[in-house]
Amino acid sequence: MESVTPMLEFKKTCISYTKQTMAVKYVSAAIEKNTITAIMGPSGCGKSTLLRAVNLMHNLYPNIRVDGEILLNGENILAMEPIDVRRRVGMVFQRPAPFPTMSIYDNVLSGFALNGIKLSKAEKDAIVEHRLRSVSLWDEVKDVLNKKGTFLSGGQQQRLCIARALAMKPDVLLMDEPTSALDPIATKHIEELLLELQKEVTILIVTHNMGQAKRISSKSMFMYLGELVEYGDTEKLFTNPVDERTKAYLTGKMG
Amino acid sequence: MNNLKIKKRLVQDKFMCWGVCLLATLTAIPLFAILGKVLLSGYDQLSWSFFTEPTPTAYKAMKAIEAGEPIPGGIANGIIGTMIMLGMAVVVAVPLGILCGAFLAENSKTRFAQFVSYLTDLLQGTPSVIIGIITYVWVVVPMKGYSAIAGSVALCIMMLPLIVRSTEETLKILPASLKEAGLALGGNKARVMMKVQLPSAFGGIFTGVLLAISRVIGETAPLMFTALGCSFVRFAVDKPISAVPLLIWEFFNDPNLQELIWGASLFLLLFVLLLNLLSKYIAKKWNQ
Repeated sequence: MESVTPMLEFKKTCISYTKQTMAVKYVSAAIEKNTITAIMGPSGCGKSTLLRAVNLMHNLYPNIRVDGEILLNGENILAMEPIDVRRRVGMVFQRPAPFPTMSIYDNVLSGFALNGIKLSKAEKDAIVEHRLRSVSLWDEVKDVLNKKGTFLSGGQQQRLCIARALAMKPDVLLMDEPTSALDPIATKHIEELLLELQKEVTILIVTHNMGQAKRISSKSMFMYLGELVEYGDTEKLFTNPVDERTKAYLTGKMG
Repeated sequence: MNNLKIKKRLVQDKFMCWGVCLLATLTAIPLFAILGKVLLSGYDQLSWSFFTEPTPTAYKAMKAIEAGEPIPGGIANGIIGTMIMLGMAVVVAVPLGILCGAFLAENSKTRFAQFVSYLTDLLQGTPSVIIGIITYVWVVVPMKGYSAIAGSVALCIMMLPLIVRSTEETLKILPASLKEAGLALGGNKARVMMKVQLPSAFGGIFTGVLLAISRVIGETAPLMFTALGCSFVRFAVDKPISAVPLLIWEFFNDPNLQELIWGASLFLLLFVLLLNLLSKYIAKKWNQ
């Protein structure tokens, strides 16, 4: 047993869309600080549902129930204010969603604007440059910062969205299949970026792509029909899975 | 044999194509007939003074007709009145309508929102003459007189459902990811609405507002009960005031002024046309 509090911990987390069926069943798992954890599994296994519970996205939809506990640094998220949680837990979506009416510059700072935080021009400039550099987008966009974010390519847009999430200095970054809408080169860029970013943020990434999980994550979860089937070191999970279902999925017999 | 079949299909295709073109032309005929008539008859009257001078008295007009001169004066009182009432109506209806539309889009599943939505539909279908008489009872009677304020209340009520609907519809077709992305950054619902959703929906909302304006600018019936009319240029909002559609009705009822109908109609038509073109342009620009 470790003595340090994990960054994020699921304790018997259950999520249901309707009264009869559970989309996520009694998931328990602890996620360490500054790691990349991949959540894998076939479509409809509940991996996105589990991810979206971490920043309380389910609160937007009154019929969704989340039970059990999700601890962020030892604090139960489910009992916290969504606004507080979401400032500490950033999220990047499947489709790049830069705010269409805002410039690249304003997109990076949108988190501050949405939280009503006023910044001086110098602070703004510093944050924008720092964040765009950390997603290695700065050199590509430094001369067009006032253009709309939607002018960028898909991969650039997704990096802009990562920069936007990072600007709020979250403890945890949730990523819901962030590269599934991107081409292989853009995907490679993002993967390299994530490996770099885990130094400052704990990343939880849902992915369909087993190769991706293998390449970037240190720990992996395999979910099936709402259950967390297997959770452990990525290398071990891929080379020597314990559960038959994991084995079947990894060898392409299922999913 | 096969060749013949293809030929038959080609002929059918041609036939359908011509049929559709013919029907489309038929529907366009009334539009062009109206535009043509108003343009031809109204064009002569358009002059600088037509826009800067108020309506002439029937006596002056009669004298001018007798002398074989063009009727003096214009519709400045109507234009100013229309602008004042429209301006006041827009100032109230736009924020109210947008807020209501935002509420409906965000809470579409609650019973209250469904009720409001239903009422909006009902309001949209309410005959304008009824809105006029209601405003008369609500505003003109308590204020003890016809006024620009009363007129603008009537126009405002007529504009509201259009603005509410266009706001609601535009917000609903925005991708959900936009709102979720805003909330995921820690914004509260109000800020995400103001900074992300409404700006993204601006094109659609603005188009809705312009269409609402062009819809009510020609309304005559509700203004008869509320603004009444006035034969000189006036800026006071608590006194009876004129409007272009009211003038058209007055001109029609005065044999000496009938010549002016077409000029006033042309002005209204051109204004509505301009608003429509503008709204098309903005919608296109915003969607790029």
